[in-house]
Amino acid sequence: MKTVCCSILGFGAIGQGVAQALLMKKEYLKSIGLEVKVVAVVDSKGATVNPQGVDLADCLSRKKKNGTVALENITGVEMIRSVNHELVIETTPTDIKTGGPGLQNMFAAFETGKDVITSNKGPLTLKYRELLETAKAAGSKFRFEATVGGSMPIINLANEVLAGNRIISIKGILNGTCNYILTRMLEERASYTDILAESLELGIAETDPTYDVEGIDTACKLVILANAIFGLDVTYKDVEVTGITKITPEALEMAYERGHVIKLIGEVSREKIQVAPRLVPIKHPLAVGGTLNVASVYTELAGEITVTGKGAGPIETASAILSDLISIYGKN
Amino acid sequence: MRVSMDIELKDVPGQMLLALQPLSECKANLITVLHHHQKRTPRKTVPVQLVLEAKPESIGIIKAKLEESGVRVVRVGEQRFRETINVVLIGHVVHTGIQDTIDEIDKTGFAEVVDLSLSMPGINLLSSALIRIDAEGKEELQKALDILKSVSTKKDLLMVLPIDIQA
Repeated sequence: MKTVCCSILGFGAIGQGVAQALLMKKEYLKSIGLEVKVVAVVDSKGATVNPQGVDLADCLSRKKKNGTVALENITGVEMIRSVNHELVIETTPTDIKTGGPGLQNMFAAFETGKDVITSNKGPLTLKYRELLETAKAAGSKFRFEATVGGSMPIINLANEVLAGNRIISIKGILNGTCNYILTRMLEERASYTDILAESLELGIAETDPTYDVEGIDTACKLVILANAIFGLDVTYKDVEVTGITKITPEALEMAYERGHVIKLIGEVSREKIQVAPRLVPIKHPLAVGGTLNVASVYTELAGEITVTGKGAGPIETASAILSDLISIYGKN
Repeated sequence: MRVSMDIELKDVPGQMLLALQPLSECKANLITVLHHHQKRTPRKTVPVQLVLEAKPESIGIIKAKLEESGVRVVRVGEQRFRETINVVLIGHVVHTGIQDTIDEIDKTGFAEVVDLSLSMPGINLLSSALIRIDAEGKEELQKALDILKSVSTKKDLLMVLPIDIQA
């Protein structure tokens, strides 16, 4: 049995999802020879630390009751530097302007020789190359499947499952909120503003939806795909971005009458990185509805491979984190 | 060159083979065949529409050979436009001069706006248009889209293109 000592940094919806998934999958992990021991959980107010393993159920319950897991007043970076463990699960919120605490946490983890699994797009959008080189120099593993498409496998699909294939391009719907808004606008023949309000009420859109509806979130995901799959060295500034705020119900209806839906499509190849609303034939594999994500990978040998899945949600994102964890430690 | 050809076949077995034989002999490339078997002309024949590609000098020979075989050739016409695309435009489509937007495409000579659907829900609301553009070939279509993109940028219109088109 291999014991993996890890910390969870960021205990919002995704961090809690990871804790729940680890509790749910404890026996399964044992069956493949892994014991995952969480030695620290950190949120914005502080941390719970126990080198013998924290009680995840207790952390979840305290977070729900008190809004924090803080028992000690230390930051993520301080915890990384002072507590002995080998894996940092980084789930702090995305900040694409500065990278936020996630960026500092990742550098601290690599500098102390730890592996990192993350769902946080910000640091990868800003400093992918630097992070990768720091991880390499430290001999650390760095995995980030959860940053793109939630539960939908895309990075590991292209880099591992389709190994040997040259990836020509990837096109897809990488933002569930935009997909929901466009789907509902067509169904209800309602305006963008009305459906945005509905999305806010249902918790599908954020209070400030700019990041999703202006295509920024999709662009960040494309940057990660461009760097991680196509070996490019690009940032958000290299992406041509158009959002969905101008889309009208009339345009959706006219397109539908001619056999098309309008979707916010992210597209990445060695030549171009672009986010824009596009006309998609109703029977096209990318014409999925609701909050679903979908991506078609165009390959040299295998042709076109399309995957679809839930792009957000705590447990769904935790599933991608768990698959990265098993991928790193399960084979040893 | 690509031509469309309307022919009429007798409603007896083997007529289609008879019609395709001259095409094969003249090395024409058959693109589409529309066999309207449920329809009948007043002459009790079955109308068939063909689209084929052949050398310009072969077209007359094919027509003559068909007629020699007893196949009636009703019409032969050059098919100028091979490519077609639907594009959605959103913004102040009308107030920024929709005629001018269409003219920019039409005056190229190699592409035309052939269909337009328009919705104007209110004075202060964004209008939406769906236009169909026909073009002589892929290259001409791309050029027409480049023109439309430049016009749309100038007029602050959002252009929504099909997913399989290089934007």
